[in-house]
Amino acid sequence: MPVNKIVDSFDEAVADIEDGATIMIGGFGIVAGAPSLLLEALARKGSKDLTMVSNVTGFGKMVWKQLGFKFAEDPDILVRNGQIKKAIATAPVSTIYENNFERLLRAGKVELETVSQGTLAERIRAAKAGLGGVYVSVGVGTVVEEGKETKIIDGKKYILELPLKADFALIKAHKGDRWGNLVYRRTSRTFNAVMAGAATVTIAEVEEIVELGELDADAIHTPGIYVDRVVVRPLVIEEEEVEINAEAKESYEKFKERKGN
Amino acid sequence: MQEKERLDRQTIALRVAKEFQDGNVVNLGIGLPGLACNFVPAGREVLFHAEIGVLGFGEMTAPGEGDWELVNAGGQTVHEQPGMSCFDHAEAFVMIRGGHVDVSVMGAFQVSEKGDLANYMVPERQIGVIGGAMDLASGAKKLIIAMNHTTKDGQPRVLKQCTYPITALNCVKLLITDIAVIEVTEKGMVLKEVAPEWTPEEVQRLTEPTLIVDPDCHEIELM
Repeated sequence: MPVNKIVDSFDEAVADIEDGATIMIGGFGIVAGAPSLLLEALARKGSKDLTMVSNVTGFGKMVWKQLGFKFAEDPDILVRNGQIKKAIATAPVSTIYENNFERLLRAGKVELETVSQGTLAERIRAAKAGLGGVYVSVGVGTVVEEGKETKIIDGKKYILELPLKADFALIKAHKGDRWGNLVYRRTSRTFNAVMAGAATVTIAEVEEIVELGELDADAIHTPGIYVDRVVVRPLVIEEEEVEINAEAKESYEKFKERKGN
Repeated sequence: MQEKERLDRQTIALRVAKEFQDGNVVNLGIGLPGLACNFVPAGREVLFHAEIGVLGFGEMTAPGEGDWELVNAGGQTVHEQPGMSCFDHAEAFVMIRGGHVDVSVMGAFQVSEKGDLANYMVPERQIGVIGGAMDLASGAKKLIIAMNHTTKDGQPRVLKQCTYPITALNCVKLLITDIAVIEVTEKGMVLKEVAPEWTPEEVQRLTEPTLIVDPDCHEIELM
């Protein structure tokens, strides 16, 4: 029987993400690399007590919609929906305004583990590669070192960082085929390509599904072995009204100001 | 006493860019450091690296005109240019941690006499944004800090010991502030340049550790 990893809908793609699951979410924080429609589907499903592994905890749809993005959800949708128990992130809060995660953190409703970005990437890669961990020098002498095993190698101090595995990885790619081969575009590869294969089930949201062979064998970024499900974004979406409240508007203005700098 | 004029953000960025050598791979942090990409000295070819996974990108685009899938670490759209390469996050940080990035420029809250850096968390806020700062501070061959010399209420930010949580130890090589250029050496902090009208004594008064005034200490050169 032909291998076919393509699933018909976003709801079907996330149907088995149960309460308490650990999920990785690809992207950088910039919505271009975020699996927006998988996140929307998971929000509809409503699974609770999720542990989320991602670069950021999200800025919210408002910011991205205002900037003109069609698919505008980032991890914030799960945060504001009350589905997150714990986040493992490198930039959990915004430097310019209080995001939903910070609000919940201050209220004691979520837990946080802050990781440096390169260490997050290596811990995920270690899980994907079946390694027992990696020794890194980043974080020596800082809060990151606390409670961790250290080792001197060639006269330099290293911290043992353990692999980070998830039940599900939600990623976003540019094109994919039925074997799960993926290519990304420009700066949207980010954590998407790293997380592919680091979870029991990797689900890829793509802009286009192509026939086998259309992706050049030398140019495939993520070989299909790491991918379990592929789901395609719709060509046309219904335009929705974005409700602008004063608070969101203010944070957007600040965001724009920062971007202008 | 009315305080003397300090360098503005653009001028600090201009001075930072003077440090970029021909062929350098340079990573610029969010905010003021990012401005330095507009001031690469004429005749030098510099490759900009962003931890989001791109090397050799061009200048920022006009607002709203860029490709949203080609952005720098601050989320600003940048121009594509021949020779540019894109990669994933693990690769981007292999470049950083493996010592392949020549220069990293970032901002700071505090810098210590030994070159310790504090720039990820204001203690009062209790939540930090580490991002890629720890990686870049530890991994880049040369770390340049661009910042204001004092806090808003005039307190020194160049200290004997950092009081804020540490990003990385012994990492800062050069400090470019709104009143001075200071090199961090094994002997201590060496004052190399001062802003126009400023004297070494005036810079010292706003600096906690004792500065070694370079015999060649002069007014900041921008060109």
